[in-house]
Amino acid sequence: MFNANLKKLSQCPTRLEAGHRLCPGCGISVIMRQIMSVTDNPLVISNATGCFEICTGAYPYTAWNVPWIHSLFGNAASVIAGVEAMHKSLEKQGKLSGDQKKTLFMAVGGDGGTYDIGLQALSGAAERGHKFVYVCFDNEGYMNTGYQRSGATPYGAFTTTSQVGEAHTGKEQFRKDLTMIMAAHNIPYVAQSSPSNHFDLMKKADKAFKADGPAFINCLSVCPTSWKTDTQTGLKITQTAVDTCFWPLYEVENGVFKITYMPKEKLPIIAWLENQGRFKHLLKPENQHIIDALQKEVDTRWQKLIKLEEATAEDDK
Amino acid sequence: MSKKLFLNGADAVAEAMRQINPDVVAAYPITPTTHIVEKFSKFVADGKVKTEFVTVESEHSAMSACIGASASGGRVMTATASQGLIYMAEALFCASGFRLPIVLINGNRALSSPLSIHTDHSDSMAIRDSGFVQVYAKNAQEAYDLTIQAIRIAEHKDVRTPVMVCIEGFQNTHTLDSVVVEDDEVVKKFLGEFEPVDSLLDIDNPVTYGAAVKPDFFFEIKRQQLEGINCAYDVMKSVGEEFEKITGRDYSKVYEEYGLEDADVAIVLMSSSYSTALGVTENMRESGKKIGLLRPKLFRPFPDTEIVEKLKGLKAVAVLDRSMPQGAKYGPLCTEIVTALFNVGKRPKVYNFIHGIGSRETYPSHYDEVFEFLLSSLDEVKEDKLRFLNLNE
Repeated sequence: MFNANLKKLSQCPTRLEAGHRLCPGCGISVIMRQIMSVTDNPLVISNATGCFEICTGAYPYTAWNVPWIHSLFGNAASVIAGVEAMHKSLEKQGKLSGDQKKTLFMAVGGDGGTYDIGLQALSGAAERGHKFVYVCFDNEGYMNTGYQRSGATPYGAFTTTSQVGEAHTGKEQFRKDLTMIMAAHNIPYVAQSSPSNHFDLMKKADKAFKADGPAFINCLSVCPTSWKTDTQTGLKITQTAVDTCFWPLYEVENGVFKITYMPKEKLPIIAWLENQGRFKHLLKPENQHIIDALQKEVDTRWQKLIKLEEATAEDDK
Repeated sequence: MSKKLFLNGADAVAEAMRQINPDVVAAYPITPTTHIVEKFSKFVADGKVKTEFVTVESEHSAMSACIGASASGGRVMTATASQGLIYMAEALFCASGFRLPIVLINGNRALSSPLSIHTDHSDSMAIRDSGFVQVYAKNAQEAYDLTIQAIRIAEHKDVRTPVMVCIEGFQNTHTLDSVVVEDDEVVKKFLGEFEPVDSLLDIDNPVTYGAAVKPDFFFEIKRQQLEGINCAYDVMKSVGEEFEKITGRDYSKVYEEYGLEDADVAIVLMSSSYSTALGVTENMRESGKKIGLLRPKLFRPFPDTEIVEKLKGLKAVAVLDRSMPQGAKYGPLCTEIVTALFNVGKRPKVYNFIHGIGSRETYPSHYDEVFEFLLSSLDEVKEDKLRFLNLNE
């Protein structure tokens, strides 16, 4: 069971150094530091192309003091699978020593590299059972290229490829539910999390690293630049995604669903939309139907999740 | 003791892979190299190799897993063909840019559309500038021999560049041939121990692979990459000489030739077609015709100096390309040869023939036809245009 206090966390090794080039208020470095703080084991990281990659590895500098590899947009999971396979091979041959044997493997990517172009690689690596943790920092769009729509972009949102005009009003499809897709792989551990609930996230990271096989953490990540939000209040805004149940926090541990945070009061979806420039057009009266449709979809998915928790809890008994 | 076995090209490669005993193989099956992967899987199942076999879900992931594994400090191999090679194209450029000594076996096969599972060189030629060293085998024996030598070439400290061994689909991969297989210990000793460089698993000396590079450094890095691949030219010869010492089979040259010493005209071609063309050349020379044959084994880096040396004294040359140059003046092999000859004072006329596309047969009569064409061109220069062998339209 994960048990850490702030003093202990402040002493954890710094894998990601200061001086990286992420935007002010970006959620990714917060998420990554929280996740990496739960383990002292050596880490090897495979990074999909995207903001995080380009901002932490800008030749001739690097923000990383752990082994780190980035090669392509859609292959982070396949690359880490290769790293893990080599580790396994060399360990079997007795070619590893000391702490090397305790090395943990992590692949990281945004929603572009995970929900969309890298989904096949992730699915394959999960199915094959490599021991690795995949972390998706989901900021709901292709932010590195200037905010285009992704499979994770919310219904109704403005993006540069789902524009708002006379004929169309932002993205016209509901977001892909990647956490459920990964749960359907029946891997040991899957979790949905948010940096606003940091102990919840770190507990999940701890379980993910200790899982006997593939683990997946999907983490909502604020992007002030594209969400058009204040850089100071990113975690508060993220919290509204959690409290509206737009982004429920839960885990699936060996097939058992557990909601890890139950909002005291489930807020209406408008609480998540109202402080973000990308949803500004939805506040006009003529677009109320879009908000209503989004509310309905959020409620349906939330109810489904509650039922899954009930159903798998019974299985667990 | 070496032994003589009756193997097809794919099985010969699988046998070489068993002896190489890579630390990791990541591969996705595709015709005509499926049975390399199948046979290797059996070696894994029987415990005959120590390899961690990663059965990826696509070729893109095959090369990606090879990248991850190779950057983690071990011997890594894969096999593919055609659509698979093109699907992994994005990752090929990464592997070479990272200077990873991965060895890839490509079963040359046509590219869709229309779909064809049969051989030509359009797959490997499409990615000829991916930064991989490319060698082309003519038969199962060479497929076996070059697969073993590829490991040494790729891992040589001056090269540190991935190598692609191209063998023709069906004509090599599925055709039974007599193959001398060396003793396991001999191969092991020839290869030596793998020496990791900048491994991701060296946790005390963390490395960053794949940082983004702005215009102030990118040009220099790519220029330096040329050093590696160009060194493969000399290294292939020295590795070949060493291989010859233990096997008795001649690998001292990056090309094979016949009759060039006194020839007026010659055909240049690659891979399995050489064997058929050789029979024709021998017969025609017996009737006093001054003809010859040249087969580059190494295509990347292109051995231009030696090719020029071999061809410059001739009067006319026919280059037979086995891929369709969509929109180009010549096929890729002919383009290389014309380019190499361009700055030579006295040079032969060069004619380009496209043949063997999608495994269309090139019969002895076609080589005969090309030689007659070349000889008649000595009296009357022919039009400079693309020509096609055994095209039925």
